[in-house]
Amino acid sequence: MDYVDGALSAEQRSEFDRHLKACPSCVAYLDSYRRTVALGKDAASDPASSAVPEELVEAIRRARRQ
Amino acid sequence: MASGRGSRSGADADADRGEPDDRLLLERLRAGDERAFDELVRTAGGRMLALARRMLPREEDARDCVQEAFLHAFRSLDRFDGRSRLTTWLHRIAVNACLMRLRSQRRRPEQSLDALLPRFRGDGHQERDTTPWKPPQESGIEREEVRDLVRARIRELPEQYRVVLLLRDIEGLDTDETAAMLGTTAAAIKTRLHRARQALRSLLEPHFTEGSL
Repeated sequence: MDYVDGALSAEQRSEFDRHLKACPSCVAYLDSYRRTVALGKDAASDPASSAVPEELVEAIRRARRQ
Repeated sequence: MASGRGSRSGADADADRGEPDDRLLLERLRAGDERAFDELVRTAGGRMLALARRMLPREEDARDCVQEAFLHAFRSLDRFDGRSRLTTWLHRIAVNACLMRLRSQRRRPEQSLDALLPRFRGDGHQERDTTPWKPPQESGIEREEVRDLVRARIRELPEQYRVVLLLRDIEGLDTDETAAMLGTTAAAIKTRLHRARQALRSLLEPHFTEGSL
């Protein structure tokens, strides 16, 4: 995760990069890990989920006045 | 340090600029302007409800938490210090309301994530080679279907991992803030986030590898 987040030292990153050049499986894992993070963020960006039901607006209004 | 990026820095930058809309709305709220309260619910409530739905399995609980969050905010307007956007402040209140609801409902021991985590050999390599995922345009799944799929898989994660994934990757809170909210350490948050991402990856893998769909 530190590699993905850019939190490795230059030396550590360099060593990791050298490993990736020789390991297709790790490259595939890293790619799928990054895509997973991106998919999670995209799943939360649905504009259709941004409407407030009118009954909730009314419930909040009523509760505030109590 | 991989923290404090994205939406949080954007919110702080907005506060620094002293957004006039926020200041005016806050004045109206503190003056008891009824239309201002409605306006705030309609503009901020959608995102809060979306967050609550991601954190809580039941729609009823999600709506209750949004209502609780607004009522708490309305009672605490004099304590809002303006260092963040009003909507950011509200969002934090909603997160806390959802966390409290989850704590109050916690009855069963957390299920283990072990079956979803990769296993490694002594030389550091995974026991099982990873199959490359298909490029997005070749997955054969429409974007909205993908979102539904990902949301469903996130809901399958054990609660402590789901919550960290939601707060860090989706709500954009940084590690330290997430740790403070959950009453744990930054190191624990980093570990949980990594495991949550690995587990989600495992749950999504069957849908994105060659031979699927």
